[in-house]
Amino acid sequence: MGSYAMHRTAAAVATLAAASVIIFFFIHAIPGDPLYVLLGDSATPDQVDALRTRLGLDQPIVFQYFQWLANVARGDLGTSIFFQAPVTRVIRDGAETSILLASITMIWITLIGVPVGVIAAMRHGSWLDQCLSGVAMLLASIPTFWVGLYLILIFAAWLGWLPSSGYPSIFEQGGLTNLRYLLLPSLALAAPNAALILRLTRASMLDVAREDYIRTARAKGIRPMRVILRHILRNALLAVVSAFGFTFAALISEAVVTETVFALPGIGQLVVQSILRRDYPVIQGIILVTVVLYLAVNLLVDLSYRLLDPRVELS
Amino acid sequence: MIAATRSFLVPFIRRPVAAAGLGILVCMTAAAILAPILAPYDPSKIEPISRLLPPNAAHWFGTDQFGRDILSRVIYGARLALLIGVGVVSFALITGVPAGVLSALYPRFGRVMMRLIDVLMSFPALLLALGLIVILGRGVSNAILAIGVVYLTTTSRITYGLTLRLRTETYVEAANSMGAGALWTIRKHVLPNLVSPLLVQASFVFAFAQLSAASLDFLGLGAPPEIPSWGNMLAEGRIFITRAPWLLFFPGFAIAITAFSLNLVGDALRDRLDPRFRNMLNGNRR
Amino acid sequence: MLRVRDLSISIGGQTGFTDIVSSVSFEIGKGEILGLVGESGCGKSMTSLAIMGLLDRAGPWVRTGRVELAGFDVIHSEPYQRVEAGHGGIAMIFQEPMSSLNPVMKIGEQIEEAIAVHQRTPGAKRTLTARELLEMVRIPDAAMQLDAYPHQLSGGMRQRVMIAIALACQPQVLIADEPTTALDVTVQAQILSLLRELCDTLGLSILFITHDLGVVAQLVDRVAVMYAGRVVETATVERIFSAPAHRYTEALLSCLPDAAHRGQRLTTIPGQAARPGQVRQGCTFAPRCRYAVDVCASDAPPDALLPGDHHALCHFPRGVSP
Repeated sequence: MGSYAMHRTAAAVATLAAASVIIFFFIHAIPGDPLYVLLGDSATPDQVDALRTRLGLDQPIVFQYFQWLANVARGDLGTSIFFQAPVTRVIRDGAETSILLASITMIWITLIGVPVGVIAAMRHGSWLDQCLSGVAMLLASIPTFWVGLYLILIFAAWLGWLPSSGYPSIFEQGGLTNLRYLLLPSLALAAPNAALILRLTRASMLDVAREDYIRTARAKGIRPMRVILRHILRNALLAVVSAFGFTFAALISEAVVTETVFALPGIGQLVVQSILRRDYPVIQGIILVTVVLYLAVNLLVDLSYRLLDPRVELS
Repeated sequence: MIAATRSFLVPFIRRPVAAAGLGILVCMTAAAILAPILAPYDPSKIEPISRLLPPNAAHWFGTDQFGRDILSRVIYGARLALLIGVGVVSFALITGVPAGVLSALYPRFGRVMMRLIDVLMSFPALLLALGLIVILGRGVSNAILAIGVVYLTTTSRITYGLTLRLRTETYVEAANSMGAGALWTIRKHVLPNLVSPLLVQASFVFAFAQLSAASLDFLGLGAPPEIPSWGNMLAEGRIFITRAPWLLFFPGFAIAITAFSLNLVGDALRDRLDPRFRNMLNGNRR
Repeated sequence: MLRVRDLSISIGGQTGFTDIVSSVSFEIGKGEILGLVGESGCGKSMTSLAIMGLLDRAGPWVRTGRVELAGFDVIHSEPYQRVEAGHGGIAMIFQEPMSSLNPVMKIGEQIEEAIAVHQRTPGAKRTLTARELLEMVRIPDAAMQLDAYPHQLSGGMRQRVMIAIALACQPQVLIADEPTTALDVTVQAQILSLLRELCDTLGLSILFITHDLGVVAQLVDRVAVMYAGRVVETATVERIFSAPAHRYTEALLSCLPDAAHRGQRLTTIPGQAARPGQVRQGCTFAPRCRYAVDVCASDAPPDALLPGDHHALCHFPRGVSP
């Protein structure tokens, strides 16, 4: 266990280190004086001078990078130009919405994608399978925000069952009932990803069903249902688990758009607005946080995959 | 050439759905090329008296908030969709294929290159594109570049994997053992065998490029607002969703049907591939 | 014990089908090993899968025939259906021990699963039974290996585990589909002697499928030779090697390299093996047979019965003057 986990963690840290260089130079790649980029165009010369000394911008660039890295390690991601507040706090304010949205969406994806994929595989070749696979591919091809807009139209505007936008914190008035604000967004966000997981579950079930050891299981005289659940599904899920890594990445990307459609006060909407406001430190901070998160999720998927598949130990 | 065309069409025989997908793509391409002839109105002509009209005999798809004909705008939108798709696919192939092939043939170069790709892949796709847009600025070519970088990563990864596989094929080893040079091996054995898998990859990239470009447009960070792109139409029509639901239906449908057709075509082509390569082409990244 | 009668397996639809196995009949007595011999593609594996009830729903299908196990017809029934009907007694081991075991399940679990289905043993005792089975197939450290995963075992060990799983099904008949083809020669010999021993001690009947005449000579009691989907000759192993009657069997045996002809060119059978269904008229072997005459190409050969329950599907069997 130890050496494998350490090896994977080291690889993730190395990737993160390289990514951090790119993220650091992001500010320098933006046209214009990095100081004005960091402080906004309305900065006074005094502020500019103060920041120059603080960041050591007269120092060599490599030194500046390590200075920035040290600040990041201390939890200092800089100051938002728009909010005039620490970037960490700005991001933290949006975290609740985004984390809850992602979690609920993940639940949908697992609850819909895997079982329906199993059913499609079991009825493989039937009209039901063809319908499910067709619908899945259609859902994977539809822009999330388009689905979102029509969900708003139907369930919020016409039927009035659910709120159309915004999200008050579950720690404010309303408590957990505020989660209903996330129902439509999470469904819109889940649709294409559940479709992909469905297709993947189906495909890997069919792949595993062709394996020799499934023939062995059938030869033993086990009932078909048990063959499907204990032998086929258990092996097919290995591929599905490893897909949760890139599903999470897709989720981050699509959450940016979905949060904008539903006006959710999350990190996704924050990054879009920060781009429009030219609030570069916030953009940089968000990119850094998502990369860390994404690498962490992938590492976790990797390690849990290893627990599920006894063969990985050797390689 | 004829043989090549015929072998391309084989996967679509007896697969009516995939054939329909191919048909839709042909229509879309035709619409893009013939837009000035096909479109009943000037897509940018503002007509204040006929604002937000529902679909009718004069305006089959209705009109938008400025009285512009939606059908004409959807037809012209195909031009941008095609441009984005071709642009992103070309960029991804031109950069990704050499990177992948060379990485597989020269392990030392490959180790550095693939690490670099790993790093790029640690950025979620849309955030990477958004970051590049911040640096490059808004615009069609910048959108193509930004999305192209995202798919350069997957394309080079897949090419790398395929080339590694091909190198260990018995016939390639046989060629090497008979003294074939690296360039000869690439030209005679690697590249021809990459064509089919990369065609599959290209159709998926084309599909995802549509969705990514629509997202950028929708966020106001893609094509400039004066260009009638499907994404821009959705972005502008958004606030009229309750008053004029048709406003969003047609451009959104155009995006969906294009991506859907491309996925169908990609799937049909993939099912014809050698099974050993088939599973390498699941690298969906959005 | 096991009696296969007139088994035909076809591909294609109900109309316009092609037989890939035609009218195969043989029987295996208690404690007997029958070798089903033939070149690859002759339909021998298909026959075994059909007997076992493991043909894919979408693939080839059983058109006619009966498979009688201790008097009951079990054709068309999958293993679990046989278990439920109380005729669970056929088990099978396969060619590829590397891929025939579930990679994510412990060896013990996989054996216990079969025990649970075929023997009404309470949960706690199953582990014990599984261990006994592993000991019976000569796996060292049986108790420890119960917790091993398939990838931790060698090919020979995995094939032993497969045999243990098969024995857990308490079979009367064991079908072994080329069980030693993928193994080293030394391991092969060990597995063969294990099978012989099980056959003698447990009174197991074995249908042993192989293309290897050497293995046949070592192990089996009687031989059925298959060519292009048909059983062309059945006889005791002694008669097959000393007095083959069918011209195909004769040609096959003459291909065996032998020390007396060292340094000479190896014999081969001219032409290519007919694909099942390819020859529609006459004897399927006629196009390659050097004794063939007109009647061989036009008329289906009769079932020639020779002394000692020796059958040959041939117009002019060897050793019988016309």
